[in-house]
Amino acid sequence: MKIDFKHNQTAHCENGVISNLMTHNGLTISEPLAFGIGSGLFFVYLPFLKVNFAPAVSFRPQPGLIFKRLSKRLGIKIKRQKFKDPKSAKKALDTLLKNNTPVGLQVGVFNLTYFPDDYRFHFNAHNLVVYGKDEDTYLISDPVMEEVTMLSSKELEKVRYAKGVYAPKGQMYYPVHIPKNIKFDKAIVKAIRATCRDMLAPVPIVGVRGMRMVARSIKKWPNKIGTKKTNHYLGQIVRMQEEIGTGGGGFRFIYGAFLQEASDILNNPELKSLSKEITDIGDLWRDFAIDASRLYKNRSLEFDGYNKVSDKLFVIADKEEKFYKKLKKAVA
Amino acid sequence: MKDNEVPQDKSSFTDLYYAVDKEGNYITKRSSGWKPKKIVLDRSLDMIDERVKDIKQKVMNNEVSPIMYYMELNRMDMSVLAAYFGKWKWRVKKHFKPANFNKLSSKSLKKYADIFNISIDELKDINI
Repeated sequence: MKIDFKHNQTAHCENGVISNLMTHNGLTISEPLAFGIGSGLFFVYLPFLKVNFAPAVSFRPQPGLIFKRLSKRLGIKIKRQKFKDPKSAKKALDTLLKNNTPVGLQVGVFNLTYFPDDYRFHFNAHNLVVYGKDEDTYLISDPVMEEVTMLSSKELEKVRYAKGVYAPKGQMYYPVHIPKNIKFDKAIVKAIRATCRDMLAPVPIVGVRGMRMVARSIKKWPNKIGTKKTNHYLGQIVRMQEEIGTGGGGFRFIYGAFLQEASDILNNPELKSLSKEITDIGDLWRDFAIDASRLYKNRSLEFDGYNKVSDKLFVIADKEEKFYKKLKKAVA
Repeated sequence: MKDNEVPQDKSSFTDLYYAVDKEGNYITKRSSGWKPKKIVLDRSLDMIDERVKDIKQKVMNNEVSPIMYYMELNRMDMSVLAAYFGKWKWRVKKHFKPANFNKLSSKSLKKYADIFNISIDELKDINI
């Protein structure tokens, strides 16, 4: 069986599944709107937590939170289920597909056979939609892929039962109630306020303060841990910023697209000029990534390069601080 | 980012960017890759390769067991492997010692082989 499901490639998996599932269920919502209403823009630096031998940095809130906030703000009810037994997970999925319901799944990336090898890591909070089944093959709409794809039932079981951090435990989800005549305006204002609150939070590792903490550390790293490790640490930041799913510039461009859409919905021209501002900030993040990646080639002990990269991040933090303050006022 | 600046370098993945067109409106555009992104991804994969090579030598010298080698080869760390094995980290760490590895039951060996998607023979001899 095959459900008539429209696959739309998006930048990020979580927003993409939301956008595609909601649109299928009659609520047209773009990826930027889903991202913005879910307050997806974020920054956190966790120096004490090492991922892939480098301190953890994230440009997004913890997996699932965007979806959770969006559903709450729009009054959408989502049914979520986890299964201890893979057999019952498969049965539940098959029953839903028979009833013509496309289903969202949380999966691990490492065993996704259609992913290129260099992107396969043990990251378990990826999202995709199953929209049909042909004998032993499941029809998959993975929002970060250009086209729809397929997984055998054995392969699907493997990714649904990936282990480690964020283990999916067979988690599946689908909307069970979407209110009629949803009004986006209130949800948008609430979401923007929450984003400003997060990014301006008086917490040293979060938001603009978190960025400054990273910027300060970059200056110290070369002396403290050597250039090889420093490059690896910087590389991890760049990867988190530009990895599949951010739409470029650590989600800043998606947020710019959101503000543009929000400006029309709220009839608030100020948001349009702020959209331009965050776009320019996104460009600065791109410059930061270019300079950081160049340091790999710069094997000489030229610490000046690290200072420059650090200064760039300080500039970004200052600009973002001003931006969120203005944004907060614009929806006051 | 302007839509004509969306990078079209070589990489293994085509992803979606958000960029502004001439009128200043946001649009989406596919990108075949971006060099800075590829540099950092490749370097991070190089690091794994270096570790795999290093551990391979240690297995040959009988300093560590093949389990450590296959863990690195599968881009896992100890917590991921322990989660798949269903035991505490220190239990898995014990199996990194060749002496303890040689004492493993065939049931445990089979479990490890399944995790790494290989045969028990391959698990015992990394050169197969």
